Amino acid sequence: MNLTMMAPAIGLDEATQFAWLEADLLDHACYEEWLALWTPQSHYVVPIDPAATEFEDALNYVYDDHDMRRKRTERLLNGQSISASPVARTVRLLSRFRILQADNASCELRCAQMLTECRRGRTRTYVTNVSYRLVRDAGALKIDQKVVRLINSTEALGGISYIL
Amino acid sequence: MNIAAIVAPESAALVLPDRVQSSMYTDPAMFEAEMTRIFERTWVWVAHASEIAEPGDFKMAMVGLQPVIVVRDRKGAVHVHVNRCRHRAATVCEVAKGKTNSFVCPYHGWSYALDGSLRGIPYEAGYAGTIDKRKFPLRSLRVEEYAGLIFASFREDIEPLSDFLGGAKKWIDLFMKQSAGYPLTTLGEHKFRFPGNWKIQLENTTDAYHFPLVHKSFLTATDKETEAMMDIMNNGGFVEDLGNGHSVMVMVPGLVDLDENPDAPIPHKFEALAAELAQDHSEQEVRRIVRAVGGTGFNLNLFPNLGCSATFFRVLQPISVEETEVRHVALGMQGGPKAANRARLRIHEFFQGPMGFGSPDDAEVWDRVQHGAQGGRDLWLMLNRGIANEEMLADGHRRSDVSAETGMRAAYRQWKLMMEATP
Repeated sequence: MNLTMMAPAIGLDEATQFAWLEADLLDHACYEEWLALWTPQSHYVVPIDPAATEFEDALNYVYDDHDMRRKRTERLLNGQSISASPVARTVRLLSRFRILQADNASCELRCAQMLTECRRGRTRTYVTNVSYRLVRDAGALKIDQKVVRLINSTEALGGISYIL
Repeated sequence: MNIAAIVAPESAALVLPDRVQSSMYTDPAMFEAEMTRIFERTWVWVAHASEIAEPGDFKMAMVGLQPVIVVRDRKGAVHVHVNRCRHRAATVCEVAKGKTNSFVCPYHGWSYALDGSLRGIPYEAGYAGTIDKRKFPLRSLRVEEYAGLIFASFREDIEPLSDFLGGAKKWIDLFMKQSAGYPLTTLGEHKFRFPGNWKIQLENTTDAYHFPLVHKSFLTATDKETEAMMDIMNNGGFVEDLGNGHSVMVMVPGLVDLDENPDAPIPHKFEALAAELAQDHSEQEVRRIVRAVGGTGFNLNLFPNLGCSATFFRVLQPISVEETEVRHVALGMQGGPKAANRARLRIHEFFQGPMGFGSPDDAEVWDRVQHGAQGGRDLWLMLNRGIANEEMLADGHRRSDVSAETGMRAAYRQWKLMMEATP
């Protein structure tokens, strides 16, 4: 019998706890654990066009597969990037969670994220809508797609040498 | 048109052939003078033709600190208008890019045709016949185009664009080869700001010297083949002063003319792309497209605001003496293979933009330059690297090794000429 079929639909509590876990791992630089949260074919996307839903044929700020996510975390750790040495301290708050669609194998979660960074005497805030496509994989949730939509994505941004 | 140029009397003493004063980055009065004496008196790049391909297409841009609209009229002619209603100054457009039949001021409803002529004044009877609409068009700039690059100028008597570009035209033609015979098109842009003077970015486009250090993390993240190709300090490149403030830095001599060496081996990183392209294209076409995807091996710096930089356009926009906006415009093949354009997009995202593996590190050091320049304002910025081995070519261009500061010296020579010129 397929165990996934027997699992209950992914609920708001379960999805919210998962998104908070991801946020905590990023704020505390636990990148190995963060990398393990993703399905093999997943993408982490920061689009420019806030209305975009297809990303592969568009210019994005970030369109990362697993390989690019790993490189991105290595860049934050290896001390070679002057803009990431040190990495900005960040605190991100996630709220306004809503499940847009769910069954026992996957869900679409949308929430608001307010992130404050502090680095070299400068404090900046980035406000975003975050959309997750989460899937249940061997009992645990995994990220199949995470899209971070900055509310000022079409404006000029500052350098962001960390993961939104 | 008479645009009063602010006098900057001491500018001559700030620029020597091999060094410039640090106040170039920090003096607000100097910045004001630059905006009128340079940006309002030369050709400034405002658009690529593909951004306004069809009649009615427009985009907002800036010439110095003045907001402008770049628009293609019904007959296909390109106009650049100051984005300011002739009644009481409100902008007539606040949409970054789009298509329209007219520009209508939101304040009192004055409306303008695409060519800038004033068409309608609501409740015109209130002027009792005393207003002549022909005398109140949107203010228009001179516009000329070379190889799809659209430039505008506030100066009516400026030299033809072709003469201004001069020695740079050959390099523009080479740059445009990276669309493999398809029309070159823009594919979107990354836009970011850094807290520093615009000339810090201008200098950087022909600065090979910073690359191995500032972009170490990019070189580590990329594949070995690209890393070797981008070992630009040791690949026999050069920098050449092209006149009028323009310069070119050749980083990868084998990728100057993409039509040459068509049988060069396909880099390992493009093998999967080549295999995909081979389904619909001949081997010759595949090689041409793959070479185009990789882009050119040089950065062309066009004074004062455009860089044709390896694979993209770098547009710089001064905001204030200590703030600059930079746009990195991605380029691709109009109607070209989807896989090829995707590869171009991923290459652009990898290095460019606020979350790329390259641009944030550039922005960080430029920020540090601006901060450091607050100290020792009487000290010089040294631009003498590569001067000893500089050679004068037959066409009068100066050339030196790849990490020479020849391009910066070229830009400051033009800066000085313009700042001292009688308006």
